[in-house]
Amino acid sequence: MGRTAKKEIVWEELKKGDTLLKIKDLSIHYVTKDMGVCKAVNHVSLELKKGETLGLVGETGAGKTTIALGIIRLIPNPPGKIIGGTITFKGTDLYKISEKQMRTVRGSEISMIFQDPMTALNPVDPVGDQIAEVVLLHDHCSKAEAAQKAAEMMELVGIPRERYSEFPHQFSGGMLQRIVIAIALACSPELLLADEPTTALDVTIQAQVLDMMNEIKNKLGTSVLMITHDLGIIAEMCDRVAVVYAGEIVEMGNLVHIFKRTEHPYTQGLFDSLPNAAGDSKRLKPIRGLMPDPANLPEGCNFSPRCPYATEECFREPPKLLEVEEGHFVQCHHHGCMKGDKT
Amino acid sequence: MNEQPILEVQNLKKYFSVPAGLVHAVDDISFKLYAGKTLGVVGESGCGKSTLGRVLIHLLESSAGKIFFEGEDITHVNRKKLTELRKNMQMIFQDPFSSLNPRMSLFQSIAEPLRIMGNFTAQEIEDKVYGIMETVGLADRLVNTYPHELDGGRRQRIGIARALVMNPKFIVCDEPVSALDVSIQAQILNLMCDIRDERKLTYIFVTHDLSVVKYISDEILVMYLGQMVEKAPTEELFEHRLHPYTKALLSAVPLPDIDHERKRIELKGELTSPIDPKPGCRFASRCPYAEERCFKENPVNEEVRPNHYVACHKTRELNNLKRL
Amino acid sequence: MSENGAKQKIKQRSLLREALIRFSRNPTGMAGLVIILVMVVLSLLAGVIAPEGYDVQDITKKFIAPGSQYLCGTDNLGRSVFVRLLYGGRTSLLIGVVATAFATVFGTAIGAAAAFYGGKIDNVLMRLMDILNSIPSILLAIAISAVMGGGLPNAILAIGISSVPAFARMMRGPILSAKAQQYVEAARSTDAADIRIIFKYILPNVSSQLIVEITLILANAILTAASLSFLGLGVTPPTPEWGSMISDGRQYIMKYPYLVTCPGLCIAAMVLALNLVGDGLRDALDPRLKQ
Repeated sequence: MGRTAKKEIVWEELKKGDTLLKIKDLSIHYVTKDMGVCKAVNHVSLELKKGETLGLVGETGAGKTTIALGIIRLIPNPPGKIIGGTITFKGTDLYKISEKQMRTVRGSEISMIFQDPMTALNPVDPVGDQIAEVVLLHDHCSKAEAAQKAAEMMELVGIPRERYSEFPHQFSGGMLQRIVIAIALACSPELLLADEPTTALDVTIQAQVLDMMNEIKNKLGTSVLMITHDLGIIAEMCDRVAVVYAGEIVEMGNLVHIFKRTEHPYTQGLFDSLPNAAGDSKRLKPIRGLMPDPANLPEGCNFSPRCPYATEECFREPPKLLEVEEGHFVQCHHHGCMKGDKT
Repeated sequence: MNEQPILEVQNLKKYFSVPAGLVHAVDDISFKLYAGKTLGVVGESGCGKSTLGRVLIHLLESSAGKIFFEGEDITHVNRKKLTELRKNMQMIFQDPFSSLNPRMSLFQSIAEPLRIMGNFTAQEIEDKVYGIMETVGLADRLVNTYPHELDGGRRQRIGIARALVMNPKFIVCDEPVSALDVSIQAQILNLMCDIRDERKLTYIFVTHDLSVVKYISDEILVMYLGQMVEKAPTEELFEHRLHPYTKALLSAVPLPDIDHERKRIELKGELTSPIDPKPGCRFASRCPYAEERCFKENPVNEEVRPNHYVACHKTRELNNLKRL
Repeated sequence: MSENGAKQKIKQRSLLREALIRFSRNPTGMAGLVIILVMVVLSLLAGVIAPEGYDVQDITKKFIAPGSQYLCGTDNLGRSVFVRLLYGGRTSLLIGVVATAFATVFGTAIGAAAAFYGGKIDNVLMRLMDILNSIPSILLAIAISAVMGGGLPNAILAIGISSVPAFARMMRGPILSAKAQQYVEAARSTDAADIRIIFKYILPNVSSQLIVEITLILANAILTAASLSFLGLGVTPPTPEWGSMISDGRQYIMKYPYLVTCPGLCIAAMVLALNLVGDGLRDALDPRLKQ
């Protein structure tokens, strides 16, 4: 790793607990002719430590996936445009390296898994070969070694190696997602971007896949950016959480901060909207209204039109992200305002 | 309870013929549903829960068994009777993005049932549409909009309005909120509860989401590969889950609660095929407690606690229950 | 509809009009439309522009090159090529439009019936279309013309019949996928009859494919008409038609190429314009594409 050949990236050696990924002030816009400027991600800053799992939670269109695509530089351009910000991964600014270098980063250092496993796999290639191909591409080993590694990966995700030469249509959805995960992990990346990896799966299968991901993550020490709309998955999988609303992080902290000492009205609204399978079923308290159109964001706080606590200041002045206690960030003029009426 | 159930289903079956054999989509389901109550039907994809809903409102013809609506046998009905029935039985569909005709405005979509099934003047139709729009919370100004101009929540309100406009007594809701975001989902669930209580509607609520079904249902029926494995009143089911599948299903839901100690019951494998199933318990291959008998004999549905039915050979043994 | 206080008036907002507005912002589509309109108007006004008719012969003025007196020159009999193009356009367009209308009605009906009812009906209808389709369309048209004789009505019938399979095939797919949409099931649950489902739920949702297909078939029909006339199976002389004009001019192609290029350009321009309009309409018609 330490070689300083011209094209080689010099990665920092990290220990557990060091900062692996640092996003600073990232803004991504989609510019289209008839829709105008769609502000998908606005001034997002976050940090991910080595071995840590950070959850990105929010609703459809909040910009979660765009953040992940921004990290691996896969924003479709046009219409996508990175307006500003830096992404530092193991000490290297990912926006300053060449596209060729970025290709080696994708897969060997950072992998991404998507929601729908069926579209992520080539239907006419045996699954084992698809895993081996990734190994071959990144590890410079012999074909036989790659096949061996692929079979090992299959066992790691709980698929017998006898199924190496079967095709994607011979597997069920849960199995396919395991294979996708095996492909993502085949080159032991440092960072895994998981975009709603279990949303397309049934609950019992989801449970299996989540357990498996947790196990592998602990075994390999991979950091995970877990994108989901499900607070239950966050509670089970993550160490820290960032709540995303209209392209901004509105609240960020560890599980206790977010689940127990909720400070932002939107986070609170998400919890109140959930019918709880464990708790008693009282009437739900949904957030009124709809998410703002990212091409036409409100002037002050993005959440102000839907916020029950909004004051005149909220409609006028966008709030700043404040650290209200150590490691707990909130972007709200009246953070903590709903403490009184918490039930 | 001596009152007549609004819907009674006896040994209902629906088989589909596919090249590989016969799919037992709904296999021997029986239940009674009383007016004003909501029966939640839960299960994983492919368990036949949506097919069950469609057979009940005659979108699909049943293969065997009987359906009674308000005491009348409606298993096989002629065209005229079907029209009569559909005024009373409606359906809310899952996907608000594909359940509305993109070429029909909001007004036309909601007015469509009135035009097909009723004999109303233009003025009556207009009044009824505006009335129902107010009920489901759609603003008057949206009346001329088309589905592609609206968000998922509003579209699902149109779907609900369309189902309600003929004033039915019974509605099958097929995953009506699973395509929606949580905050919108909560709005729609509240709306559906309000309407049910106001109009004394009877729902069959088909879903894979256990927290949703717990919120809205009075009674829950758990399906596995076309069969009913457990049925009980909601509280009873969540407190005394008896069937190993129900236990596993409930334990698999990730809860948004960080204090919750997870005791997950790991299931081996995945759903087996519902095509030409062999005799024996269909869950046996995944069941952690399965023994030889489970692979050979079909379990019978028994009432093991008051109003609590379970189809499992080992229910009593596993849960230390006495014979009722 | 009576006024109802503050309530919004229910008016039929025309999706078609909104589509046409979108279409009008599409430069290539509009260019195609302008070409078509110019050619149609000129053809229709042929009697006004050249009241003397298309077969005024003046043997002393044969083979005059295109110029100010004769816009497209004169042919071997001293007839104005320009005037004959005008009148010929009438024939070509007439054949194209009527044959396409024929194919649209029968092709859509067959495609819709096959897709909607499925099973045996689908099998029988589509195999019939396969058989019809396996005969090259120009050969089919030749066969029909040969059996029933040449002349305008038979040419139209021949082209119409040979276009039916393409139409039925093209429409079956979109109708099949429209039929599988949940809104069709929703319509069924509100007791809508088959006819209502076909006309209110399925056909409006395949209208964009239908219209695009019409423009393509129309272009094709004009080409087939030209080929038939070129082969002497279309209209009978002296009635002008673009294809027959190419046929007549081909023996002089080396010395007087304009006899062939002028009608050839007309056909090419018309077919190109129809394709441009077809593409433009496809983009403009789908309300979902707008987002």
